[in-house]
Amino acid sequence: MISAPDVVAFTREEELEDELYSEPPLPEEYSVPLFPFASHGANPWAKVASSKFTRDFILISEFSEQVGPQPLLTIPDDAKVSGTFDLNYFSLRIMSVDYQASFVGHPPGSAYPKLNFVEDSKVVLGDSKEGAFAYVHHLTLYDLEARGFVRPFCMAYISADEHKIMQQFQELSAEFSKASECLKTGNRKAFANELEKKLKDLDYTRTVLHNETEIQKKANDKGYYTTQAIEKANELASVEKSIIEHQDLLKQIRSYPYRKLKGSDFHPYEPECALDQANTGCDQDLAASDPAEPGERHLYAHVPPYTPKLIKAKSAKCFDKKLKTLEELCDIYFFTQTLDQLHQIERTFRGDACYLLTDQISRALLRQQSVTNFLFEDVSFLDEKPPEKQYRGCQGLSQDAVDRKCSEESPAPKVVISLGSYKSSVESVPIKMEQEIEDSQEPQMTESITSEQQENLDYLDADIKGSISSGESIEVLGTEKSASGLTKSESQASLPVSPSPQAGRSKVGSRRTVSEDSIEVLSTCPSESLIPEDFKASHPSAINEEPYLDDEEGGLRFTPKLSPDNADEQGELSKEENLMQVDSACCIGKESPNFLEPLPDLGQKPCDEDGVVRIPPQPYRQVEPGLHGSFGAFPSHDGISGGLLPYELDSRYLSGSRELSKSSLDECSDSASYISSAASTCSDRTPSPAHPACQASERHKKRAGQNALRFIRQYPFAHPAIYSLLSGRTLIVLGEEEAIVKKLVTALSIFLPSCGPYARPVKHWVTSPLHVVDFQKWKLIGLQRTVSPGGVNVLHTLSRYSRYVSILDADSKTLRCPLYKGTLVSRLADHRTQIKRGSTYYMHVQSILTQLCSKAFLFTFCHHLHLPISEREPEEAVVNRRMSFLKLQLGLANEDIKIVQYLAELLKLQYVQEPGQGANPLLRFDYVPSFLYKI
Amino acid sequence: KSPVQTIGEEQIQNPYTELLVLKAHQDIVRFLVRIDDYRFASAGDDGIVFLWNAQTGERLFELHGHTQKITAIAPFSSSDDSEEKNHLILTASADRTVIVWDCTSGRQVQKVSCFHSTVKCLTVLQRLDVWLSGGSDLCVWNRKLDLLCKTSHLTDAGISALLELPKNCVAAAVGKELIIFRLVASNDGSEGWNVLEVKRLVDHQDNILSLVSVNDLTFATGSHVGELIVWDALDWTKQASECNFWDSSVHPDLQPEIKLSQSPNEISVQHLTSDEECVFAAVGKGIYVYNLQMKRVIACQRTAHDSSVLHIEKLPNRQLISCSEDGSVRIWELREKQQLPAEPVPTGFFNMWGFGRANKQANQAAKKMQENTPVHFLELVGDLIGHSSAVQMFLYFGELGLATCSADHLIIFWKDGERESRLRSLTLFQKLAQNGDLQCKF
Repeated sequence: MISAPDVVAFTREEELEDELYSEPPLPEEYSVPLFPFASHGANPWAKVASSKFTRDFILISEFSEQVGPQPLLTIPDDAKVSGTFDLNYFSLRIMSVDYQASFVGHPPGSAYPKLNFVEDSKVVLGDSKEGAFAYVHHLTLYDLEARGFVRPFCMAYISADEHKIMQQFQELSAEFSKASECLKTGNRKAFANELEKKLKDLDYTRTVLHNETEIQKKANDKGYYTTQAIEKANELASVEKSIIEHQDLLKQIRSYPYRKLKGSDFHPYEPECALDQANTGCDQDLAASDPAEPGERHLYAHVPPYTPKLIKAKSAKCFDKKLKTLEELCDIYFFTQTLDQLHQIERTFRGDACYLLTDQISRALLRQQSVTNFLFEDVSFLDEKPPEKQYRGCQGLSQDAVDRKCSEESPAPKVVISLGSYKSSVESVPIKMEQEIEDSQEPQMTESITSEQQENLDYLDADIKGSISSGESIEVLGTEKSASGLTKSESQASLPVSPSPQAGRSKVGSRRTVSEDSIEVLSTCPSESLIPEDFKASHPSAINEEPYLDDEEGGLRFTPKLSPDNADEQGELSKEENLMQVDSACCIGKESPNFLEPLPDLGQKPCDEDGVVRIPPQPYRQVEPGLHGSFGAFPSHDGISGGLLPYELDSRYLSGSRELSKSSLDECSDSASYISSAASTCSDRTPSPAHPACQASERHKKRAGQNALRFIRQYPFAHPAIYSLLSGRTLIVLGEEEAIVKKLVTALSIFLPSCGPYARPVKHWVTSPLHVVDFQKWKLIGLQRTVSPGGVNVLHTLSRYSRYVSILDADSKTLRCPLYKGTLVSRLADHRTQIKRGSTYYMHVQSILTQLCSKAFLFTFCHHLHLPISEREPEEAVVNRRMSFLKLQLGLANEDIKIVQYLAELLKLQYVQEPGQGANPLLRFDYVPSFLYKI
Repeated sequence: KSPVQTIGEEQIQNPYTELLVLKAHQDIVRFLVRIDDYRFASAGDDGIVFLWNAQTGERLFELHGHTQKITAIAPFSSSDDSEEKNHLILTASADRTVIVWDCTSGRQVQKVSCFHSTVKCLTVLQRLDVWLSGGSDLCVWNRKLDLLCKTSHLTDAGISALLELPKNCVAAAVGKELIIFRLVASNDGSEGWNVLEVKRLVDHQDNILSLVSVNDLTFATGSHVGELIVWDALDWTKQASECNFWDSSVHPDLQPEIKLSQSPNEISVQHLTSDEECVFAAVGKGIYVYNLQMKRVIACQRTAHDSSVLHIEKLPNRQLISCSEDGSVRIWELREKQQLPAEPVPTGFFNMWGFGRANKQANQAAKKMQENTPVHFLELVGDLIGHSSAVQMFLYFGELGLATCSADHLIIFWKDGERESRLRSLTLFQKLAQNGDLQCKF
């Protein structure tokens, strides 16, 4: 993990500005702005006073057609969480900005009611009075009994920290989309089910009516129809019509156009054949289409056959009727899955925003350090989350169909960040390059969309609105529009109305609007079928447009064009960067021109590595003015990242931050910065949601850090002990009490380099005598001391293998290990450190270790440090060069050299290792005398 | 008793700073045999033979065929005239079979199971392209595993060691006797051989445990009661003998009761090795260097190990490696020191000649004896500790390292850490270049 050693309040003052120009400033995301209420004695980290709830939570609300907006449930489901916060009021707020209230019913010129497959809308809104800011995710679920067959719902992530919402928009959006997709999938299933039942009812009703009519006909031979007979005939006709309508609806719901998402991570829930069936056999009746869905049938095989009911002629929608609950609307399985997912979201995003941000940054950086990251990091957290994860509950259902569906389905929206794009944004560019990813997918995707769309449109007029990839355009905050475009007045996103291949790619402007009641809405509307006039008419005063935003929109629209869409440019970029950074790599320690020669051999990786370490990831959150500035100054992307020198970056960064500090006083411009910051953040952001295991490991880290802190304060010989760990000499913690030993082992494990990505060489508790194999495998061992004869044996083997191990005796507080005279460990473990918190200390350790890793990397991958430059060069010359590099360039002294050499060996082993076979564990050792340390 | 010499943790001259544990056997590993420059085979009481790559530690083959413990193993390379060298190994087992294995394919080539007793030793006569198996009788086989000839039943105990001698002769150690056999071309046959017993040497007082060829003209034998006899290889006469390594007359400081308490184990000659000048004998816990020219022991380490020394080997660089039942491997260097006659033995000096607190008189006598002659001594330059049980044998692979096998079922390959590190760097950059990660800019 790369993190600031400790959080130090950094407040900007005007008179310091000049100095700041010359010095590399603290990255924006680490700095703490002057707190406006400092005079009140509050600290900058204090909770915003106005918020009435204690922590972030997720709220699910519904716009009930009977009672209006109402909160349904909160996650965590704890009354304390929301406190005095008025959920009802807030539900009203969030539901009132539902942009997608979809149009269902009889569209003009269409005979049957149409279902709209509506994309969810995602908005951010804030209520500064309440001190609540929310990411709001609107979705509609189908309910046959509901008005227009739809029930609007929304899920909101509510936090007191608006920055968090803005910064994490992309992640929130991705995660909530997953949850929503899960919910909707279940809902479609339930809806189809409901329709089938309804159809059976209708069919039955028709038969009954038909029979009645026949009877009447027979009974009545007067030659004319009685009113009764006419009524019956009308009734029959309406039932017939209803059947057709419902059949149509069923086809529509079954033909949910999954294919539009082909190419992305989204996989259809329905079997493909269902879609084909629906498309080709539009005239076929239900009975015919049923066999086409073996999965479906199989799935419901166990469901008892449904007994049709007679439907009354007028099944009026009655308000006294109880509406289905959310749980009923969705399949229970999917409902639980969604709840799990939401709980996961809550766990992931709770806590301070800067922590989330740091975590994401370091995760992104770490992922790049593929060569070294295994040393001190738990690499498994970096692995992409497997898609099945979310649906792991599926195994519970034995049916294959379900399994297949579930695993296929996981709808993880694709927000990919490539190394290159990440890098370039680190270097200078505030605009995301996500474009390129999208672009690469776009062709096939749009193709399939269009063909699909054409078919669907022909047949269904299904509205596949707004490609899911809001990311492909630069806007972040987007409601992916609905057919009706009910609220779209100000987004004059002027898009072609016809569904053309361009539709998916169309750039979309982003908009911020401020409603009078301080609800801020950031929205974009990539709508094809939008009718702004409609909206304006219906909500004339809802939102005021801010004219000055036009500029901004221009700027933002401009950005996609900047983004290079191929890897070549990235290659160039990184090459150029390499050149820059190679130089700087040479400057480690002191300048030594004669050493420049071998360094170019480093190739790309060392440079990346070095660059990453050297340049803090500061320009993450480019603020708006900076954004504009960069556009003006650098019309082309590679011009920016390739040619920009660090000081340019800094100054640009500074100007930006100055702007921010000024503008933060000003509400309006403040809001302007939101968009940009959100835009830039999301572009730089790693997409991966926090790993679930992270939560556990966080706690573990904290505890380990705390114990380590205690260890270095308590034991004056902490340094040689840590040196043993870092230099690959097995450290044995010997003690009688398991708890004490394990605690020490946990504490010390944070200093321990791993030998490979998947195994930590730590053994917390051993009671049997050790063998040489154990030292090969474990580098930190907790060993039981007993008085039994067996224990004597244990101690005997210890003394036998004493050359391979350092022994920390937890009972008598002694340490037997080689001497350490280096300087590195003292920085790592200063017993006079002011760090108080375990997690902080953990980060401190990680940052120093990361530095160490970069040194080891540089050392490992310098060709001429290990191999002769020419054939004739004697080995001694290489050795001399190696030692002088370690001493002078890397600034290592005494035993520190051995640490770096050991790490280098690990790197070599890891790199050289063939992917298939596990590395042969080696035991390297030195013949050095040990000393006994006592307190 | 003089304590075992120890060396501190600082061992500057010890090159082995990296080890690789090869874990495959399930029982005592007794034999290591070198196949070629980088491969070796290991065998032991579990009856399985493993082939290893000495460079990487990779396990190449696992050879199953024997049902009982392996009693002898010998490499059998094909004759030089064939194009590609075909490496075979012969293994004999307590299940009374001998199996020929192909080291390239890892397959069993042939199996002989017509033995009346366990074959205890195998010897390949490369020159004649035959191999000999020694059990209760001596059999001669050709490459195709045809039995060419055999001796009559010699003894129930069987032949414990075989050694090739010049003029188509072999020496077989059978109990206390050393029997010389000669292979003569059979009168009738094309390539048939007959084996004739030509001489029985009965000079040893006890069982002959070790048999080593010194050079073309000399070989040496060692027995259970500590006799070392140097023989002429041509006429099989005794050239010299040393049988008082342990003799208290040389060490008058030893108390009689201590002498009495000496068990034969402590004086048995476990293993012999030699270079052109000297025979190195592992006697009990000690190591003795016997100079052939001077016909006397020139250096010794009476208690080189805590327990019996099982195997010793001379390295080209005047170093000697020994392994012992105590689980350790020690590296010794034979050094010369011109000692001034008048100078007393410095205290703390190595236990040369076994002098602990040397009797002054004897000391003087000894000094007189070696006046103006270079004083040799064995200096401990390093020890390798890794095995938890007796180290049965080791195999020196030059700069590749050293393989040791032990009763703890493990084989440990000891390597020079510096060299390995360099090699890994080389591999690393090769792989970088291969992956195209390395953009050459020089």
